[in-house]
Amino acid sequence: MNVEPVISVRDLRVWYGTERGPVRAVDGVSFDLRPGETLGLVGESGCGKSTLGRGVLGLLPTGSATDGSVRFKDRELVGMRQQDLRSLRGVEMGLIFQEPMTRLNPLMRISEHFAETLRAHEPGITGKEIDVRSIDTLRRMGIPPTRYRHYPHEFSGGMRQRIMIALALVLRPAFVVADEPTTALDVLVEAQILSILQDLKRNFDTAMLLITHNLGIVAEACERVAVMYAGRIVEEGDARQVFSEPAHPYTRELLRSTISLSTTALHYIPGAPPDLVQPPSGCRFHPRCPDAMQVCPRLEPVEVRTKTGERVECWLHGPAELIPPGQTAPLERRELASADEA
Amino acid sequence: MPTKLETTDDARPLDERPVLLDVQDLRVHFALRGGFLDRLLGRSSGSVKAVDGVSFTLRKGEVIGLVGESGSGKTTTARAMLGLAPITGGSVRFDAGPEFGGQVDLTKLRERDFRTLRRKIQLVFQDPHASLNPAMDIATALAHPLKIHKVTKDRDEIAARVRDALERVGLSPVERYLHKYPADLSGGQKQRAVLARAIMLDPALLVADEPVSMLDMSVRAKILELMLDLKRDLGLTYLYVTHDLATAKFFCDTIAIMYLGRIVEIGPAEQIYADPKHPYTRSLLAAIPEPDPRRAAPRDLPRGEVPDAASPPLGCSFHPRCPAAFAPCGWEARDLTALLEQRWTNVSEQQYEQERAAVGDPAAVDDAGLVARLPDSRAGSGAAAALLEEVRASDPAEQFWKGVSSVQKDDAGVRVGFKEPVDPPLLQHGEVKVACHLHDPRFADQA
Repeated sequence: MNVEPVISVRDLRVWYGTERGPVRAVDGVSFDLRPGETLGLVGESGCGKSTLGRGVLGLLPTGSATDGSVRFKDRELVGMRQQDLRSLRGVEMGLIFQEPMTRLNPLMRISEHFAETLRAHEPGITGKEIDVRSIDTLRRMGIPPTRYRHYPHEFSGGMRQRIMIALALVLRPAFVVADEPTTALDVLVEAQILSILQDLKRNFDTAMLLITHNLGIVAEACERVAVMYAGRIVEEGDARQVFSEPAHPYTRELLRSTISLSTTALHYIPGAPPDLVQPPSGCRFHPRCPDAMQVCPRLEPVEVRTKTGERVECWLHGPAELIPPGQTAPLERRELASADEA
Repeated sequence: MPTKLETTDDARPLDERPVLLDVQDLRVHFALRGGFLDRLLGRSSGSVKAVDGVSFTLRKGEVIGLVGESGSGKTTTARAMLGLAPITGGSVRFDAGPEFGGQVDLTKLRERDFRTLRRKIQLVFQDPHASLNPAMDIATALAHPLKIHKVTKDRDEIAARVRDALERVGLSPVERYLHKYPADLSGGQKQRAVLARAIMLDPALLVADEPVSMLDMSVRAKILELMLDLKRDLGLTYLYVTHDLATAKFFCDTIAIMYLGRIVEIGPAEQIYADPKHPYTRSLLAAIPEPDPRRAAPRDLPRGEVPDAASPPLGCSFHPRCPAAFAPCGWEARDLTALLEQRWTNVSEQQYEQERAAVGDPAAVDDAGLVARLPDSRAGSGAAAALLEEVRASDPAEQFWKGVSSVQKDDAGVRVGFKEPVDPPLLQHGEVKVACHLHDPRFADQA
């Protein structure tokens, strides 16, 4: 894996201004993505995963502030002028939205959607070339060429999502953010879309950040996974490894609370994700963590690498020399009311 | 009454308990609105059979799961139980208890009588954010059903019942939540409040339409557990509507798999999961993403999506997507179109343009769609016959050909005849009923 990363994020921070003070939605996040690689980003609602996805693309609303570094093909995106960012987006970086039903213009044929996209980014492209490239991309998504001139309402939800993916990929971007691309779809269609996303790597060599709350989807579609909690990535590494031997207690609890066919008992994480205006001190997961030690609320955990190569931020994994003596004893805590939850 | 604290859990085995709800041959058809001329001439433009002959019984304390994709009719079936969908036919007998005179047929009820009866049947929606009035605090929202149904005017009693319901759903200490507005609560807390409101009137049946689908994974288990506790403590019976077989596995005693308005498989949950018989059930189970990499298995997914209910496929509605479909499943002209589209998705641009230019659009010749014709673009060129020949040669195992009875070449193109479609009846197999020709002894030699 010595290929240069397409995108390299270092210590990215995003704040939103609110009446109660700044919300630190993304608070010091770093990751790399190489060509053809898919990184799954998982976490509960409100952990900052969508903000991270948009922050990387420079798509945040006014009233937010960004700091840190996002390097994309040797260019620094943080602090870049909106104009320059706009010329990169679409051509070099794409976004696949959650709701396919509302993102296509009902008055435009599918062919017109493609023509608009291609003309906006490649002025001077010929009509013939538009058709060839669009039909070819649609075909890879499993949309028959006979439907090229149909209107959006003539397609089902799953087909519309494939069209959305095709629209994002027709410009052959090097990097795509897919924000919950299957959440609004039926299970069978979701599985179809996932297998299409897997084919993408082979066909397009696109690096993808796949944002989802469904751990099963990550296991199916991603090589690597990053688990996000309260604005930070608490564990990151090879998806199979993380899912079979989670290093961080949050990852473990999240996996246990996922209901799948092999689940034998209902399990949940007590408490709720914290308020990001005033996040808990030390490790942000300590109030909900079943393994919390006395050091956890006092000191922020340091990133360490496990023996199998995952990055994890948790005092359970040391480094032991940084933990003050005697502070590995379990943390005493008050009982949580059952309804203090997400 | 929600005020009694002893549990009313029935210790008897499920099949000895009294029947609470008996649905027989339920049909909900929506008339399609045609064009101006159709309406002027009084022509009918057909109907959507959202629910088409659904039968099941629900015993007291039982949980039945209606499972299917969108468009399967599961939500319409659930809404029909509350008179919220226009029932076209069939019967829904509900044991409303002594105060309403025992057995009532909900299909024969006038709206005003239904309104009072809804005390006994309550509904929990998918989206907790949309089911609470944002201008009502929790105490007002919970007291609202008591006012609407004129149960009591005694303020102390109302307050006591509101507090009790909140405690039951785990929103305690109660003082913290009484005067909060929905916007102050998290998704899970809102769904708890919705459940509290649903139990205020001491219902017998709770219809829950995807109650955990909008919630975070980490909270789903908690809400499901709460619903099981409520069922045990208050003697409730649930009709659980979901697309998710994984949550239904925990929650349901009986599973009914629905596809395009019909039940295709119904039976005790353990058996459905252990030995799914219908290919659709198998696909649904295989499609659930599995987070444990050690258990992940390659899967054979059905193609396509749920078809248009206004013109459902002939025979078994699942046949165009079914990986195991064979001769009697209802092959028809539309499947020929789908087959060609499928081919053109996979061939090169040039080949597509050539083939597309050589043949016209496939069309059904007879009304039933059992004879299709694929015309040559240039009459007598034989291109259509050659194309079909090639399609068949490229994938001789394609199930489509099992349903073809004749291929006749003539001057203008090809006529393709299909075998007679057979509607799969719901047949008993042990404790499970399944509607699939694979399990029908009449077709055992062909499957």
